[in-house]
Amino acid sequence: MQYDNKSLYDGLVASGLIIPTGEPGVFGRNAVFEDVLERFNGLVTQLAQADGAEKFTFPPTLAREVFEKSGFMKSFPQLAMGVVSFCGCGKDHAELVSRIADGKSYDDLMTRTGVVLIPAACYPIYPSFTGTLPEGGRLVDMTHWVFRHEPSEEPTRMQSFRVREFVRVGSPEAVIEWRNMWLQRGLTLLQSLGLPAQEEVASDPFFGRVGKMLANNQREQKLKFEVVVPVISEENPTAVCSFNYHQDYFSKTFEIMQANGELAQTACLGFGLERVCMALFKHHGFDPKQWPAAVRSKLWP
Amino acid sequence: MTIVNDIRQVLKDHARLSADTTTLAEDADLYQAGLTSHSSVNVMLALEGKFDVEFPDRMLKRGVFGSIASIRDAITELTAA
Repeated sequence: MQYDNKSLYDGLVASGLIIPTGEPGVFGRNAVFEDVLERFNGLVTQLAQADGAEKFTFPPTLAREVFEKSGFMKSFPQLAMGVVSFCGCGKDHAELVSRIADGKSYDDLMTRTGVVLIPAACYPIYPSFTGTLPEGGRLVDMTHWVFRHEPSEEPTRMQSFRVREFVRVGSPEAVIEWRNMWLQRGLTLLQSLGLPAQEEVASDPFFGRVGKMLANNQREQKLKFEVVVPVISEENPTAVCSFNYHQDYFSKTFEIMQANGELAQTACLGFGLERVCMALFKHHGFDPKQWPAAVRSKLWP
Repeated sequence: MTIVNDIRQVLKDHARLSADTTTLAEDADLYQAGLTSHSSVNVMLALEGKFDVEFPDRMLKRGVFGSIASIRDAITELTAA
């Protein structure tokens, strides 16, 4: 199989699966794409059924105060996407309209709002854990649109995409055991769909030279794993599922204690839903009706 | 030894340890003493300022900032060059 950006992107567009908008990394999805995405997400639901997770949905906007407290800007300032709005007077408005008409910058006329776009699917939940957890900790299940400012021609690198996310908070042992269980589940699920999925020790895209050290630390301590599938490159397979063990980072930040009074720990895992779809389209073709029977029977039982 | 004293001062100012950096053993594990990933980065930057060096990529690792002794070895190597 040949891997490259362009043929996958062109194929997705030509078959109508994605609809370009003119901005790299921002496109629409058609009903066929969405059906695959929802079916896959349904398989994840089945896998998690007996786990007793609490389901929540948060909007794509995250309170700026939570965003700032989370320390996202220490690690990934290049990926953050803020939200601004016009808060000026009538005179400013005339200026704004005239600058837009002239194609000039109007950044100075815009004011930051109380929200940012959520950069990771788990961020909205941590403040709700503040305090003492019930015995055994908690497990949360969310599907969120997330936002990353990394415009790219790679179809797999989007500025906005959906993540099926689980967050476990509790004792270190419980959190690690849960993470390991899901690593195996994720691999098995993706392999059962005919994808050559593998696990890898990974690191997050921390910013700058300081980021290099943070990434090295993360790798050395094996705090991040990814399940990867070749989609646009064989040498650099695409992460379709990511597992982050935060140790006590969020628990310290948001003061989350176990029932026994000790500091809790957290881990999260997320399936990049669009990336899973693209991996399926890459490996089985752009028409799901033609996919191997074994794959079809899993997704459309 | 002055390098070690300077390192202790940097740790005091930037490492946010629970232990007393002036009496901490040179081989004591700084991560055990409360050094986090983010504070180790601040320590690294402060050491660069203090000793006027730049840690090469190969030194931007957990082990290099794991004890006073390992920091001293790294600084000694960089200032000798």
